[in-house]
Amino acid sequence: MTLFGHVVSLPALYGQLLIGLINGSFYALLSLGLAVIFGMLQIVNFAHGAFYMMGAFAAYFLLKLTGLNYWFALILAPLIIGAVGAVVERLFLKRLAGFDPLYSLLLTFGLALVFQGLFQNYFGASGMPYAIPKELSGAWNLGFMFLPVYRGWVIVASMAVCFGTWLVIERTKLGAYLRAATENPTMVRAFGVNVPRMVTLTYAFGVALAAFAGVLAAPINQVRPGMGVDILAVVFAVVVIGGMGSILGSILTGFVLGVLEGLTKVFYPEASNTVAFVIMAIVLLVRPSGLFGRAH
Amino acid sequence: MTATVEAASARDFTERNRKANWIAFATMVALIAVAPFVAYPFFVMQALCFALFACAFNLLIGYVNLLSLGHAMFLGLASYCCAHAAKVWGFEPVSAIAVGVLAATVLGFAVGALAIRSFGIYFAMITLAFAQMVYFFSVEAPFTHGEDGIQGVPQGKALGLVDLSNPWALYVFVALVFLFGFLAIERIVQSPFGEILKAIRENEPRVISLGYRATLYKLAAFTLSAGFAGLAGATKAIVAQNASLTDVSLSTSSEVVLMTLVGGMGTFYGPALGALIVIAMQNYLAQFGEWVTVIQGAVFVACVLAFRRGIVGELAARAKVSL
Repeated sequence: MTLFGHVVSLPALYGQLLIGLINGSFYALLSLGLAVIFGMLQIVNFAHGAFYMMGAFAAYFLLKLTGLNYWFALILAPLIIGAVGAVVERLFLKRLAGFDPLYSLLLTFGLALVFQGLFQNYFGASGMPYAIPKELSGAWNLGFMFLPVYRGWVIVASMAVCFGTWLVIERTKLGAYLRAATENPTMVRAFGVNVPRMVTLTYAFGVALAAFAGVLAAPINQVRPGMGVDILAVVFAVVVIGGMGSILGSILTGFVLGVLEGLTKVFYPEASNTVAFVIMAIVLLVRPSGLFGRAH
Repeated sequence: MTATVEAASARDFTERNRKANWIAFATMVALIAVAPFVAYPFFVMQALCFALFACAFNLLIGYVNLLSLGHAMFLGLASYCCAHAAKVWGFEPVSAIAVGVLAATVLGFAVGALAIRSFGIYFAMITLAFAQMVYFFSVEAPFTHGEDGIQGVPQGKALGLVDLSNPWALYVFVALVFLFGFLAIERIVQSPFGEILKAIRENEPRVISLGYRATLYKLAAFTLSAGFAGLAGATKAIVAQNASLTDVSLSTSSEVVLMTLVGGMGTFYGPALGALIVIAMQNYLAQFGEWVTVIQGAVFVACVLAFRRGIVGELAARAKVSL
């Protein structure tokens, strides 16, 4: 097949589409976490990439130190890192509640530097391998391509968690409390709901989503201290394109952008790193509040 | 009666303010004059470039309350363009620097036009994303030489007269560039244009309702800030004789935020002092490797939690003047 003067082999196209979907799964999980946190706390969590990286490291250490395998890590790592998130919220972010949101942003930015520096100090820039669990090793023959089972699992797991989160926030009573507390915290407190605890748990949940993505990523990309920084800028582009605070928007945009990146890798590889930002620039020109966001 | 008292105290304040600013300026010039005799001159010149970079950044955060998390793109692009002009096109240093400043200004206008319509955190995310785009561009583009960067940039004769490969000439040149940039930014902030910027910072809807096109003022401030950041980056290329990926990286963007925060946002002298502190920290803590990042992050957190005015801001508040 020839397109734009490139000779494109179909297996390469499918392969890149698959990688695009995988990256999209991570973008969706991360931007979803950012959107959940933003909705409740009105801050952008710049430490999100660091928490993603720490999720992967948690999986690595659970296996190495305690022998707990991938499936335990999938549950425990988000809980552990989510607890770290809760501590961060209680210790630091809470104190900045009344100030300009720029200060909370700078705070999470500083925390990201601390976490990143600590891990880089002990593990250097190189990556550590994390084996694919044996239940998910191997590949399926789909007729037109081979699909490694683990990659299929990542896509399914990420979609399931994203959909579950959307369901909880938009369709349950807990979600209704949450949305109400976003609109008018004082009123919701008057009804006897412990809003500060809800804020802490929301932040912890957003962080846990990032850690979950980190565990999913561990067997695909190596466990590296720099893995969070590399992905964060693209996730920000996803959030800007989708529109801040839109749950569904951030999920959809994450997957679509991943696929578009994959396609770019096939047709014009030089631009594959920048395509997300170019799309962001175009969206900003046409719809400054994002595709799914409300204008303010 | 009260009116006269108030007028007198206002006059008193202006008088005290002028005095304090003269003292601060004289101290700074004296320090610049003495510095190369007590510290390694290359280090001082590096610090001066970053000081100018931080002053340019402060023009946005301090006076328009816009946080750019991608200011390294202007420093880095100007540095690359200046290095390319001096090395490949054989430009003398002043025109090479002009090329760098021009490139940064154009980039600043383009990014500003896209980013300026958004507020606060949105603005920070957009600038960060664009800076990352410029970073990837610098990795790929042929003229930047990717990981290697542009090495061995000739220092040449400024305007064909002064040979900058002489370390003393270079030092005086860099000091003059810094003072020019510093005074120009101070002038901008104190001009009627600067007053409108400060008014936008305090209450944008009111400024708009008074008939000013706030977006245009913000765009002008962003472009100016990018241009001065470019001046710092281009000068740095001549000083260090190279341009590298570090200059466009996210860590440089975060360092300039830290410098301004430590010194004091919205003060004239804070960013320069903050730059000196951060650069010194990097130099003297270099043997601790990645601990520098950890320390920088911790300083960030400490400043945000307990020291939001920064050093100069705190001093000015104690002395009841604005520096």
